[in-house]
Amino acid sequence: MTVVLETRGLVKRFGGLVATNDVSLSVRRGARHALIGPNGAGKTTLINLLTGVLQPSAGQIALDGVDITRLAPHQRVRRGIVRTFQINQLFHELTPLASLALAVSAQMGLARQWWRPLGRDERVAAACASLLTQFRLDDVMNQRVGSLAYGKRRLLEIATAIACKPRVLLLDEPVAGVPAGERQEISETINALPEEVSVLLIEHDMDLVFNFARTVSVLVNGALFAEGDVQSISNDPRVKAVYLGQGDG
Amino acid sequence: MTREDTLTAVRRSLDAATRWRWWEMVLGALAIASWWLVGEHALLANEIAILALFAVSLDLVLGYAGIVSLGHAAFFGLGAYTAALFAKLVTPDPLVGLAAAIAAAAVLGSVSSVLILRGSDLARLMVTLGVALVLYELANKLDWLTGGADGLQGVVMGPLLGRFDFDLYGRTAYGYSLVVLVVCVLIARCVVQSPFGVSLKALRDNRLRAMSIGLSVPWRLAAAYTFAAALAGAAGALLAQTSGFASLDVLDFHRSADVLLVLVIGGTGYLYGGIFGAIAFRLLHDLVSAWTPQYWTFWLGLFLVVLMLIGRDRLVRPWAWWSRS
Amino acid sequence: MLTLLFDGIAYGMLLFVLAVGLAVTLGLMNFINLAHGAFAMAGGYVTVLLMSRFGVPFLATLPAAFVLTALAGALLERTLYRPMYTKPHLDQVLFSIGLVFMASAAVDYLVGSQQQIVQLPAYLEGRFDLQVVGIGKYRLFIIVLCALLTVALQAVLSRTRFGSRLRASVDDPRVASGLGINVNRVFLLTFTVGSGLAGLGGALGAEVLGLDPSFPLKFMIYFLIVVSVGGTTTITGPLLAALLLGVADVFGKYYVPKLGAFIVYVLMIVILSWRPQGLFGRAATR
Repeated sequence: MTVVLETRGLVKRFGGLVATNDVSLSVRRGARHALIGPNGAGKTTLINLLTGVLQPSAGQIALDGVDITRLAPHQRVRRGIVRTFQINQLFHELTPLASLALAVSAQMGLARQWWRPLGRDERVAAACASLLTQFRLDDVMNQRVGSLAYGKRRLLEIATAIACKPRVLLLDEPVAGVPAGERQEISETINALPEEVSVLLIEHDMDLVFNFARTVSVLVNGALFAEGDVQSISNDPRVKAVYLGQGDG
Repeated sequence: MTREDTLTAVRRSLDAATRWRWWEMVLGALAIASWWLVGEHALLANEIAILALFAVSLDLVLGYAGIVSLGHAAFFGLGAYTAALFAKLVTPDPLVGLAAAIAAAAVLGSVSSVLILRGSDLARLMVTLGVALVLYELANKLDWLTGGADGLQGVVMGPLLGRFDFDLYGRTAYGYSLVVLVVCVLIARCVVQSPFGVSLKALRDNRLRAMSIGLSVPWRLAAAYTFAAALAGAAGALLAQTSGFASLDVLDFHRSADVLLVLVIGGTGYLYGGIFGAIAFRLLHDLVSAWTPQYWTFWLGLFLVVLMLIGRDRLVRPWAWWSRS
Repeated sequence: MLTLLFDGIAYGMLLFVLAVGLAVTLGLMNFINLAHGAFAMAGGYVTVLLMSRFGVPFLATLPAAFVLTALAGALLERTLYRPMYTKPHLDQVLFSIGLVFMASAAVDYLVGSQQQIVQLPAYLEGRFDLQVVGIGKYRLFIIVLCALLTVALQAVLSRTRFGSRLRASVDDPRVASGLGINVNRVFLLTFTVGSGLAGLGGALGAEVLGLDPSFPLKFMIYFLIVVSVGGTTTITGPLLAALLLGVADVFGKYYVPKLGAFIVYVLMIVILSWRPQGLFGRAATR
């Protein structure tokens, strides 16, 4: 399978702290790739580097073989690298419909139009309707996002990412803080993602990881500790030691 | 809901967002009717219209893009001086002068937009203030061009559209300003409802999220700032053209502070705040000045302090008290 | 030219004392207080009025200017400023502009709008004319006094308990109060001292900068330049920024009088667009 996103020797230092330590990671097309590791291992930092929110101290990032290390975050999104945030990042003053309409318009290249109202294009309306139904947000589509329940906001977070038609989807702890009863909904949504989309998932919920992932990478202290398929990683004694043995990894 | 129902609901909601509200139509009707109704107050109405346009332009910067600017008078003043100089040196046709002023202000807006892209609120405040001060100093020092502290006197405008002369009563002036105001508000309304306009509100709401759906924040901020500058320049041009002169006063800090207050009184972020604020501010000003002509700024200051202490959302948009926001 | 440098340093030290309170309150409370200049103006008028109405000697008016404006600052902080800390910056800006308008108009009403003249005592008038530089006695006095104040401030900040509490609160108010530091009390004391210093600076500066009801608005931009260019995380940052500003302004007005303050504003814009956190500040964490 071809590699769609890869990093080569990625390093990130904050003063004296090495948050990302020589990480060379490959995400294959259509991957269901989980990234696990103890707290503070640098998983979110890695996502921030991949999306361009942070600039690396050294190393490169390539999408389809093209070096994107210097690209700004919004440019990477236009090329198909989309992420969700561990802590919801939503437009609290807008409605789910407006948020999705904006994301869809951006993806279709319509976001710089200033002469036509938002969503007047039939394609935008259709895409929004589809997303709202798929993520069960249709009953709250006109409510202010700030007033939505947490589970709905989490769904909107993922829906917004999907609206950007990602080629590589980076999910940062999608079920974090979601009550057990609502996790099912989100898990099903993630499992139903199209095959062509390559997914890199950061998660602590091992059920989700084992149900979803085909490849697992383990990050410890900013460095890649182990990598393999689900079976071998879950049986690896070193991985177990890292999670259970050391205090804060 | 079925897929079909959802699609219909989506279409309906998207359309509803752009529908003309009843009060917008009332406002529009009143505006048009006002030209016949103002009578001897045409000059006052003219000043209110100009102030309203100036405030609406600031709303685009403050209410939509979220930039606190203490130097918006820079564009107003540049528009005024450009229009005045244009009339004196090139042609007294008002509309051509207006276009020149808009172009000049837009250029300044575009150039200075680079400065407001980064930094904290304080840094941006300082930079916007600085640009206005630089322009003030320039106008002051280049007195061979601008008339310095005395200002540019004797700006005589040609007839509007070749037919309507600017008379002493101000009827043509008010009509001119009113039409420009209405046209600009219509354009602005179109812009704020467009994907671009909504993206401005979005990037003000959550810049990180806006970047993460592929929106270029710097481009948008620059575009919004330039557009707002153009409108402010138009307002300045109207002032110079309808009053026949331009002085340093158009670049003064008081202008920037006053227009900020006008907008805050009227409410930010829904486009019409500038209009309501301008009316309220002018009436307040004339009332208080009639009573204490010299110390109007004291009462203005007291009003500001009290208003900020009790919270500015309590004041504005009475109809918001009934609907849940 | 050395004389110009000397004058610029005096001007800069004065600006520093005037603006240091603003720098600390901005860094501490993230509050944009455009009314800081009003405290300076108040101090100036205290001095002028004490001298002209009550015949108080100049040096004695200086502590009075400090104390009275400090008290005014304490009163205002407790009553008016405290509710504004959590409001958005726009509200704070308009609030402080409102205070400036009120203060300026009130002074105009009570004392009149003419320039106030400060009659310096004889021993501070005149200058020492050395070979290469003319040292104005009053300016020398300003430099010495302000330098002493700066040293004292730095000592308080780094050697005393209050200083470490202040530094902790500037760094992170929530953590500081979690450690048991009474952050409100720190704010109050800081604001009080900052206003007092502004008043003292206004008193000192009345002779050099002039004094009339428009003082706060005229000099607000200078204080803000010192704070935004100098950053709010150290004392040395604003000090260096103030000195830079003072020297640049004096040199600019002498060599290129046509451009005047224009140079200073352009310099500020350039610096802030290159480094929005100021020349010496840390990048904003809030």
